[in-house]
Amino acid sequence: MTTRDITLIALFTALTAVMAVFPPVTLPLLPVPITAQSLGVMLAGGVLGAKRGGLSILLLLVLVAIGLPLLSGGRGGLSVFFGPTAGFLLGWLLAAIAIGWMTEKFWDGLSFVSATLICVIGGIGVMYAVGIPGISLAAGVPFSKAFMGSVTFIPGDIVKALIAAAVMVTVKKSYPIIGQAA
Amino acid sequence: MTMRFDRVSVTKGTREILSEITLSLNEHRVGVIGHNGSGKSTFLRLFNGLEKPSSGTVRFGETEDDLRHHVGFMFQNPDNQVVYPMVEEDLAFGLKSRKLPKAEVAARIERVLSELSLTHLKDRLTHQLSGGEKQMVALAGVLVTEPELICFDEPTTLLDLRNKMQFMSALSTLPQPAVVVSHDLDLLAGFDRILHIADGRIHADGKPEDVIPAYKALCEDLDEC
Amino acid sequence: MLTDLYIPGDSLLHRARPAWKLGVLFLYCTSVFVISHPLMLAAGLALVALGYGIAGLGPRDAFTAIRPALVVLLIIFVAQLWLETLSLAAYVTLRLMALLMAAALVTYTTRASEFTEGILALLSRAPKWVPKDKIALAMSLVWRFIPMIRAQFDEVREAQRARGLERNMLALVVPLVVRTLKTADEVAEAITARSLD
Repeated sequence: MTTRDITLIALFTALTAVMAVFPPVTLPLLPVPITAQSLGVMLAGGVLGAKRGGLSILLLLVLVAIGLPLLSGGRGGLSVFFGPTAGFLLGWLLAAIAIGWMTEKFWDGLSFVSATLICVIGGIGVMYAVGIPGISLAAGVPFSKAFMGSVTFIPGDIVKALIAAAVMVTVKKSYPIIGQAA
Repeated sequence: MTMRFDRVSVTKGTREILSEITLSLNEHRVGVIGHNGSGKSTFLRLFNGLEKPSSGTVRFGETEDDLRHHVGFMFQNPDNQVVYPMVEEDLAFGLKSRKLPKAEVAARIERVLSELSLTHLKDRLTHQLSGGEKQMVALAGVLVTEPELICFDEPTTLLDLRNKMQFMSALSTLPQPAVVVSHDLDLLAGFDRILHIADGRIHADGKPEDVIPAYKALCEDLDEC
Repeated sequence: MLTDLYIPGDSLLHRARPAWKLGVLFLYCTSVFVISHPLMLAAGLALVALGYGIAGLGPRDAFTAIRPALVVLLIIFVAQLWLETLSLAAYVTLRLMALLMAAALVTYTTRASEFTEGILALLSRAPKWVPKDKIALAMSLVWRFIPMIRAQFDEVREAQRARGLERNMLALVVPLVVRTLKTADEVAEAITARSLD
């Protein structure tokens, strides 16, 4: 870990925290607004790679846990880790690592399409694989019901995966970070 | 103490940024001029070891390896140089790795702040400082490490006139020798020696009254300044 | 956005060591979850109420803790009602509320800086292979960067608003990320210039 790695980790923690104040976007026909914060999670992995991206999200979660209101809607503190959607926060961490790992793996041929796929697998697949059992466990509802309750967020997450992929490809061209020593 | 460059070259990939620079500096105030891309920033970064020569040696007095212990460096944008949330913490940062006793750290911070008339900023949050204040805090952060030589990379580019005046007066009272890269020819007019760098070489080297007018004339010819 | 969720006070709970509070919280949550009995839940809720009383906090503060999860709690309640019985729906929802309120109580009575100091104190006793200086540096840097990126975000938003793009997430994110990466290089270099390693 060089000083530059530490700086990048801290910057993406801050960037993801700042995304909590991005104006939420509403899509027609969608009951829930799209908030930008999980986009920060995808970017941490997709721009910094598995190790630095994962540490960056871990640092965010630590700062939230000690009482800073850095999540969207000014949420923070320990209670978010004990609420029904706590699984999604663990999901953030694993999603950032998974996206980072896949991006490193397919770095040489990374295109908009492969980057989108990576974000969908990591940012939706991994995230929901951890988040939904979390809801199901906390709420005592069967997995399938918890799943049904979460699908409304998926279209928004697909939009975010597309944006994250576009950013990843732009950054690869103009300011590559992955591919240098981590 | 003398800064010596002995046949120093810097290459990045296939591009030669600086080629075979040999000189020694021991003047109190040295200015470095040259247009963008001439290699002057790379040249300055060699002083503090931020840049390593591809060949040749850079020596300050007798030392070659730990230039950073002796040479302070001020960056153009204080926003990126002031890295801690509180002014006091930021000033303490440069001393952390020197393993000084706590009382010594506090005393140095106190002294530098009062020398620069910044004591009132000690407990402020760094992101709430104005551009000029940030620049002075960045300077304080360099001074607490008690460098024997200080490098400045375009220190006045981002300042308004009033802050520039304040900075120039602080610079004029600094006891340490300083090397200043700048496009601001007024700032360099009273200096002891000016280096004009072009295409990675020392194009001219002498008193400001000789080098600066020649530089201006060159710029007018090329229409490049 | 840099203020924590701490509510000032001088109660027993405010003065207790953060590590103790965390320990009790984990014990509390585990008991309430593992001992799945209405009596346990009643005792748990009473305990939370007592805690808020000791800390000098009111129902309004307790509600603030639950409010962000309100929609999810409601969905869970309805789902339980539909799948099971009213009593089970009430039980599951109340249990979640108890956990949320208990966790928030620790947050309300502990300054973020106390936790940070606690973490740093733990680090100072950590084994050699833990890069403590780097962890401490990273935590401080985040505090410095949040207002900086926030200001950059406002600038980018202004610029994009002028072009009518302020609701286009891509137009906001790309410039912000590129600026962030440039900042990283300069800040890392400035840190290197001032430190000796």
